[in-house]
Amino acid sequence: MDAVRRYFRSPAAVAGLVLLIIVIGMAVSAGWLYPRDPLALAGRPLIWPFSNPRFLLGTDNSGRDIAAQIFYGARISLLIGGVATVIAILIGVLVGAFSGYYGGWVDTVLMRITEAFQTLPNFVLLLVLVAVFGSTLTTVTIAVGVVSWPAPARLTRAEFMSLRNREFVQAGRTLGMKDIQLMLGEILPNALPPVIVYASVVMAVAILLESALAFLRLSDPNVASWGNLIGLGRDVLRVQWYVSAIPGIAILVTVLAVSLVGQGLNDALNPRLKGR
Amino acid sequence: MSATEPILSLDRLSVRLPRGADRTHALSEVSLQIAANEILCVVGESGSGKSVMANAVMRLLPNEVTIDGGRVMFESRDLCAASAAEMRKVRGARIAMIFQEPMTALNPLRTIGDQIAEMFSTHTELSKAEIGARMLALLADVRIPDPKVAAKAYPHELSGGQRQRAMIAMALALDPKLLIADEPTTALDVTTQAQILKLIRDLQQRRRTAVMFITHDFGVVAEIADRVVVMQHGVIVEHGTAAAVLNHPQHAYTRQLIAAVPPLKAPPPRPLSAENILTMSGVSKTYRTGGFLGRGARVTPAVRNVSLNLPRGATLGIVGESGSGKSTLARCIVRLIDPDAGSILLDGQDWAKLSREQVRRETRHIQMVFQDPFASLNPRRKAAELVAQGPIVHGTPRAKAIADARELFALVGLDPSAGDRFPHEFSGGQRQRIGLARALALKPDVLVADEPVSALDVSVQAQVLKLLAELRARLGLSIIFITHDLRVAAQICDLVAVMKDGEVVEHGLAGQVFGDPQHPYTRALLDSIPGGAFAREHAIEAV
Repeated sequence: MDAVRRYFRSPAAVAGLVLLIIVIGMAVSAGWLYPRDPLALAGRPLIWPFSNPRFLLGTDNSGRDIAAQIFYGARISLLIGGVATVIAILIGVLVGAFSGYYGGWVDTVLMRITEAFQTLPNFVLLLVLVAVFGSTLTTVTIAVGVVSWPAPARLTRAEFMSLRNREFVQAGRTLGMKDIQLMLGEILPNALPPVIVYASVVMAVAILLESALAFLRLSDPNVASWGNLIGLGRDVLRVQWYVSAIPGIAILVTVLAVSLVGQGLNDALNPRLKGR
Repeated sequence: MSATEPILSLDRLSVRLPRGADRTHALSEVSLQIAANEILCVVGESGSGKSVMANAVMRLLPNEVTIDGGRVMFESRDLCAASAAEMRKVRGARIAMIFQEPMTALNPLRTIGDQIAEMFSTHTELSKAEIGARMLALLADVRIPDPKVAAKAYPHELSGGQRQRAMIAMALALDPKLLIADEPTTALDVTTQAQILKLIRDLQQRRRTAVMFITHDFGVVAEIADRVVVMQHGVIVEHGTAAAVLNHPQHAYTRQLIAAVPPLKAPPPRPLSAENILTMSGVSKTYRTGGFLGRGARVTPAVRNVSLNLPRGATLGIVGESGSGKSTLARCIVRLIDPDAGSILLDGQDWAKLSREQVRRETRHIQMVFQDPFASLNPRRKAAELVAQGPIVHGTPRAKAIADARELFALVGLDPSAGDRFPHEFSGGQRQRIGLARALALKPDVLVADEPVSALDVSVQAQVLKLLAELRARLGLSIIFITHDLRVAAQICDLVAVMKDGEVVEHGLAGQVFGDPQHPYTRALLDSIPGGAFAREHAIEAV
């Protein structure tokens, strides 16, 4: 519980958590505040924000309510960010754990695969995956997860390599534990804190990747996502810049919140590193 | 000597610890004096505040730890009131310091010569050529073989003893008035330790430097001290001349510390069983690193053709310095490492030839206790769970294993209710007891203990050794006891094997090996024990 207390001692971490809770609140309350389909036509196109009380944040170029899209978009961003992060961390931990624990040829093979993924810019790889498998919400989420695992894999591998020869792991081995018991029960709980912290980075990047994809109009067009809205605003960017700017700010705030929470977790879980 | 003005005097110095520490002050009202040309030993166990005192004199305390009273008088001014710039002129030039671990105190990316020369270029205006000459003279002074080569070497290219010599050269570069040595020989082997102690003594006498020597080892005190200060919980409990404190300790704590120093004399031999439970013959292990297709590979024979017997119920001590292969041998016996050749017969079964899977199933016959009580317990498991792990792995139901673990706690002298605590809530000695309970949970026939007490304070060390002896008698354990400390080996072992460079150079009954050593290396080891004469007399006293 020390970690919790340390977390709440940092103002930046608390601010990040508050922002994140607001974004989650938006996602949860979307259906209740805007019961209508956010992608349905709502009024005149391109109403400026704050000029019509019915559309607080104005409307986009096809006359859809921007505020409704922002609220529903929070759902999509969090969903993609969360699920893709879980996928990336799962693959990463699995690859990193085997690679770091066994070393030798297992390590060589797994690391060459990881490097193959790392040498390709992950956005290019994402484009390829989406081009091949189509751009529904499910494929986009999985694709984002699949391109994000190498970094957590390397991190987990480094932790496993340093932990596998610790005396408590050797002690476990002399007690007759199986490799899998040593990996899951002894090493993993000690290797996890930095990986959890890194998950926040993965989540922020995942949200940005989806937005970038949507900006190129390669994401799922049938959902209200922030990236889609930015992509739509591209056509009227010079005059009605707010169409792109408002979802842009939403993305900025969300990514900032996730990063601040990650930094706060880092300081709370590794207290000795702070201030050095 | 009483006529000379003290070089350094601490006047009721107090150092405050941050809130939440186990006590409010690391030092409370400590007063002491060091005169020129004398060695003052500061003795105490971990947490006694002896290192904090050294750092307070140098004003090198961590931010949250502050001096909150008293004075540090050095060359007739108060260092507590000196500015940061003044302190920089004092450190290194007037007061020098050497540390326990020379590897971490030296910069790994710069040569030894460079780092010593830096002392001159920081504090003096000497020319480059002059600095070079002085640097070589210093290295010759600390008796590094071939100073020219050593000056060009990087820290990792020197042995531990040579690194410590280089550190001493650096510390003495500017002829400081006071040398603070914080456990400078603790990380070294006994033979190297003896050389370094002699070197410090020689240099101190030649240069008439005052030395504050911090140590936990009364053997070292007997070897080197003119005067002694004994510290406990941040307070000086006793001070006086070395002879007075060692031979007529006044304070109970001092007496307890001296009594805990293991005497170098084997207790009367116990009858040994004729039946061997463990028979090693021709055990070898060679490490190969690097190289491509067999070329340029580095081959290190760690254990060479070791043959030893362990009679049932006996304790076999394996003694040696670092790099002698004793830990590798221990790990071969429990099969954490696979030996290359030889056989290890346990109750007639060749342990060295079992497959990994078989070892895993049979592992309850041989258990191991590790050296470092901080690293050998998983920090994320509770104590009872740690002890219960072994039986659970081998099929005991969890509830029963936990209940058994609590009984084991009582057996090793821990409070059974402590099972719900995490390892970091225990002291070093208590953790080692948990490690012992964990090994005993599987009811092993043979216990392999790898330096089980070397990370502990002497008084705790004595308690753990006593516990081990009790358990041995009660459970009929056969023990292989790995240690670098001959005094510890003398206390508990029936049989002793001395290892050097992977080979057993001498083995036999403990009394024989210590009383009448045959091999020159064994004799060298015995002669190097700090305060040897004191340890032997002390043994007579204790008997």
